[in-house]
Amino acid sequence: MRQFKDNLLRGLLWLSAFLSVAVLVMIVGFIFYKGIGLISFDFIFGDYSPDGDGGIWPMIVTTIYTVLISLVIATPIGILAAVYLQEYAKQGRLVRLIRFATESLTGIPSIIYGLFGAVFFVTTLKLGMSILAASLTLTIIVLPVIIRTTEEALKTVPGSYREGSLALGTTKLQTLYKVILPSSMPGILSGIILSVGRIVGESAAIFLTAGTVAAMPDSILSSARTLTVHSYLVTQESGDIELAAAVGIVLIVIILAINLSATYISKKFNRATNK
Amino acid sequence: MSIPTTNKQTVEIGKANKRKYMLEKVSQRLFLICALLSVITLLLIIGFVFYKGAHPFVAEGYSFIDFIFGSDWVPSEDKFGIFPMIVASIFATIGALIIGVPIGLFTAIFLAEIASERLAKIISPAVQLLAGIPSVLYGVFGLAIIVPFLQNTFGLVKGQSLIAVILVLAIMMLPTIVTVAETAIRAVPQTYREGSLALGVSQIGTIFKVIVPAAKSGIMTAIVLGLGRAIGETMAVILVAGNSLIVPTSLTDSVRPLTTNIALEMGYAFGTHQEMLFATGIVLFSFILILNFVLAKISSKGGN
Amino acid sequence: MEQSKEATIINVRDLNLFYGEKQALFGVDLAIQEKEVTALIGPSGCGKSTFLRTLNRMNDLIDGVKITGEIVIDHEDIYKSNDVIKLRTKVGMVFQKPNLFPMSIYDNVAYGPKMQGIKNKKELNLIVEESLRSAAIWDEVKDRLKTSALGLSGGQQQRVCIARAIAMKPDIILMDEPTSALDPISTLKIEELITNMKEDYTIVIVTHNMQQAARISDKTAFFLNGEVVEYDDTDNIFSTPQDQRTEDYVTGRFG
Repeated sequence: MRQFKDNLLRGLLWLSAFLSVAVLVMIVGFIFYKGIGLISFDFIFGDYSPDGDGGIWPMIVTTIYTVLISLVIATPIGILAAVYLQEYAKQGRLVRLIRFATESLTGIPSIIYGLFGAVFFVTTLKLGMSILAASLTLTIIVLPVIIRTTEEALKTVPGSYREGSLALGTTKLQTLYKVILPSSMPGILSGIILSVGRIVGESAAIFLTAGTVAAMPDSILSSARTLTVHSYLVTQESGDIELAAAVGIVLIVIILAINLSATYISKKFNRATNK
Repeated sequence: MSIPTTNKQTVEIGKANKRKYMLEKVSQRLFLICALLSVITLLLIIGFVFYKGAHPFVAEGYSFIDFIFGSDWVPSEDKFGIFPMIVASIFATIGALIIGVPIGLFTAIFLAEIASERLAKIISPAVQLLAGIPSVLYGVFGLAIIVPFLQNTFGLVKGQSLIAVILVLAIMMLPTIVTVAETAIRAVPQTYREGSLALGVSQIGTIFKVIVPAAKSGIMTAIVLGLGRAIGETMAVILVAGNSLIVPTSLTDSVRPLTTNIALEMGYAFGTHQEMLFATGIVLFSFILILNFVLAKISSKGGN
Repeated sequence: MEQSKEATIINVRDLNLFYGEKQALFGVDLAIQEKEVTALIGPSGCGKSTFLRTLNRMNDLIDGVKITGEIVIDHEDIYKSNDVIKLRTKVGMVFQKPNLFPMSIYDNVAYGPKMQGIKNKKELNLIVEESLRSAAIWDEVKDRLKTSALGLSGGQQQRVCIARAIAMKPDIILMDEPTSALDPISTLKIEELITNMKEDYTIVIVTHNMQQAARISDKTAFFLNGEVVEYDDTDNIFSTPQDQRTEDYVTGRFG
């Protein structure tokens, strides 16, 4: 009887693993199978045209804009916030409050961020539906990610570096930017790279704050659509699965590149610290 | 008594160092401000969303009870009831959990305990990568494959349905659950395995009696994270939900979960209608808080 | 008596230190002489390292540390002054384990002077060479100054740490069990180095190794439970200790 139960469970384990892998392979396979026919130089670098033959360059540019703007704002704030929490703050009420806030931000679904962005950045700050409004919303979304990964990276810097530097009559600030930040840079970098993935993959919050204009943005105050939003809209509006899948291929390749570089950096980091 | 000549020097700080101490103070303030920004944004988010969402009930005389339990959502007729959406959200989430959690967990166990190292080394990173794929693409897949499949198999008029949402969300949860749970299971000390195996317990017995309970808190985290991804998902769900405003009575009914309602109507809503979408957001938010709370309770109870 | 007072560089009076509620140092009085090696010995947890770290205010880094009493270094009560930077440039420190930064050897030694605002390349080169020479490591590293300092052996790293401290041209160098992580040959080299260094520097060294204290120090203070039990010429401490507890410790009866 127990033998039978064991075998049954073992069979279920194999079956589940097979199912998971099969379904995930199917998704990627499906995206590539459907979309690969459209992929060409002109598709990626061509300007968009509404009749469906155009390229997705405006969406790529918009995606790059959102990534750059949100990171330019979120990275310094996130790193400095983590520095405060790890290097300066005394454990107490204030730190607990900040930690609580950061954790809560991580758990909020992106549609709520979208709502907030729509009322705060778009309406109250009068930025309108724009790349800037979306980027600021994305900044808030990735801020906790950067804070947490930076904190983890700072924790790995040996305390003896801090002592060694301070004992030479340097200030905390000097110690920070000459010794501590350089030592934790790889960890911080992989956090930033992960944030890029989060921004590129985000759709709902951008949908509510950047709008859906399918054209090359004139400025960061223009409404525009990112790759994910484009993929969604062509599916929803015209049911053009091939086009959506082709955009999907571009997205998957970007995510793949992001993940590989994050892995590469953290591997290099581990090797350096193990020395 | 201190030596008399010391007095002057003790108070005077060299010019160069004075600047350093100044910088030190200024920078510390700056860092503190950066750290406080996350508190400020959280307050802003809660403040703005709640202010907007509570306004119709506080200032315009709408009934909150009618909002929650009303089943008609007709903004043009000033009817705002989100009961169908709440039911759809709950069903979709629970359904996704019922399918996604066991499969995800079993896959994680398989990868950590059963699969050869070589096999695990190929599959695990691939699954991890899939956790990063934009969720919209899961929706595209759902619309192109799952929806027609359901339509043909069950002879439906429309394949977009509650079950389609459940399947897409379950698939979407998989990579998150597998990755996090696998890490947790791998972290269980080898001595646990050896101890149990040495007592003559079978490998499968050891896995389910010793290792899974030992990894419970990590597994719980995996479920919470997967759940968070499913419940907040919007764009992929729109593509496969059908978005009808009815209280679902069967798995094949077309549904409109809370998130979907917000995204579909935010584009053109204004006035009270828009505020009601914020109120929908509050309900969604509370929903997530409650679920996390319940899961935390369950896991801490199990711990004792 | 008069003469020795003139040569006193560190004068500690009635020093008490608390970690929160717990008192770790009790009324320490100690006058450390210029250009001598003073050894602090005692069983682990006796407060000798804690005491050492009060001399350059490294205990400031720990939350909840409170200090009463006074430490006068070079006619200045260091806990009344707020210029910790100046104090630490005057009082260097070498730690238990070599703690070079993940930079080149050159950058490690030039780090302190650079942070003090010295930018002139020639001047920096000179400081680096002199410091490495003083730490008796120049010949071993002169051809690889630009390579990572972490590639050196433990003993070499510790001597570069000493060079890094010397580069600040301090008056006093504190050493916190500097050889505890090293092999006997490296230890010997560092001990020789310390003996030579006292021509130019006042050295206060914490050691768990009584033979080491006997070999290299001029004065020895014996710490027990946060108090100084006995402080005298090293020869006296080891040959004719006044206190029974000191005798028990140096003869190996406990500790």
